[in-house]
Amino acid sequence: MRRALLILPLLIFLVLAGFFLSSLMSKEAGVTELELPSPLLDKPFPSFDLPSVLDDQTRITQADLKGPALVNIWATWCVACRVEHPVLNRLAAEGVVIYGVNYKDNSADAIKWLKDFHNPYQLNISDADGRLGLDLGVYGAPETYLIDAQGNIRYKFIGVIDDRVWDTNLAARYQALVEEAQ
Amino acid sequence: MILRLSWLALALGLLLMVGSVSAAVDTFEFSSEQERDRFYAIGAELRCPKCQNQNIADSDAPIASDLRKEVYRLLDEGRSDEEIVDYMVARYGEFVRYKPALNRETLVLWFGPLFFLLAGVLAIVLLVRRRQKVAASAPAAELSPQEQQRLDDLLNKKSQDD
Repeated sequence: MRRALLILPLLIFLVLAGFFLSSLMSKEAGVTELELPSPLLDKPFPSFDLPSVLDDQTRITQADLKGPALVNIWATWCVACRVEHPVLNRLAAEGVVIYGVNYKDNSADAIKWLKDFHNPYQLNISDADGRLGLDLGVYGAPETYLIDAQGNIRYKFIGVIDDRVWDTNLAARYQALVEEAQ
Repeated sequence: MILRLSWLALALGLLLMVGSVSAAVDTFEFSSEQERDRFYAIGAELRCPKCQNQNIADSDAPIASDLRKEVYRLLDEGRSDEEIVDYMVARYGEFVRYKPALNRETLVLWFGPLFFLLAGVLAIVLLVRRRQKVAASAPAAELSPQEQQRLDDLLNKKSQDD
């Protein structure tokens, strides 16, 4: 009994160390400490009715987002979005469906950006006052949501999608949703 | 003159410092003092998602300002405090609560400290009891007559040997 008590601190230490190590090792590529789990996972994309960036007479709703697809939150004021943009262009060229949410931005700037840097988005939603962003729980662009064929959010990625993040994390998730839809 | 200028500089500096330590300032119009108090109470209880060590009332981050506006809008709509916090949790997750909800996942968080406190009290009680028992079972300070006799004999014997 006494001997068992003596090794108790060591046991507690080992349990804690194992716990911390496993959380350290399980971090996926590009996932930072700061990242919060989204409460919207496996829930339908929030409903909205907003104008298109390219033509403010056209309204876009959640029914227009046909998954599997990426929904990318971006803005012209977002420096990191500029870094991410060439990667999105390449993915779009490879056939990945990408929708844009132009978050707290104005459409004139956005149209100029798309003209200058190429437009990888099939649709671009103008979320000028950030309402849709708030419903999505966006707290900093760029953020990217993966939606499935039923329009449910299946994954949320916060930060810049670069080649490494795509290859090691998002590509497989997107592919799985494509296969699921078939 | 120079002295007066330096006083002025000091005063200006202090003024600037005051400006930098005060919380984020918005201009909201409240219909009542009570509503204002509720606004600040909710703002203090919600964590800013971008700057996780600040609540949304203190943070200067754009997202915190957006959330303050949203809290104000919801208050204006006549929602209850609970509804407003739930609204934020539905979008930003449990993380935005500085005061976590009591459920199975947060049971350890809520009652862990109490458990450790009780464990500590128990440990102290056990230690003190054991010490008392050891003290009680210690040999009595006084010797029995036989023991005293034996001790005297030994001492006498020793003094004769010297």
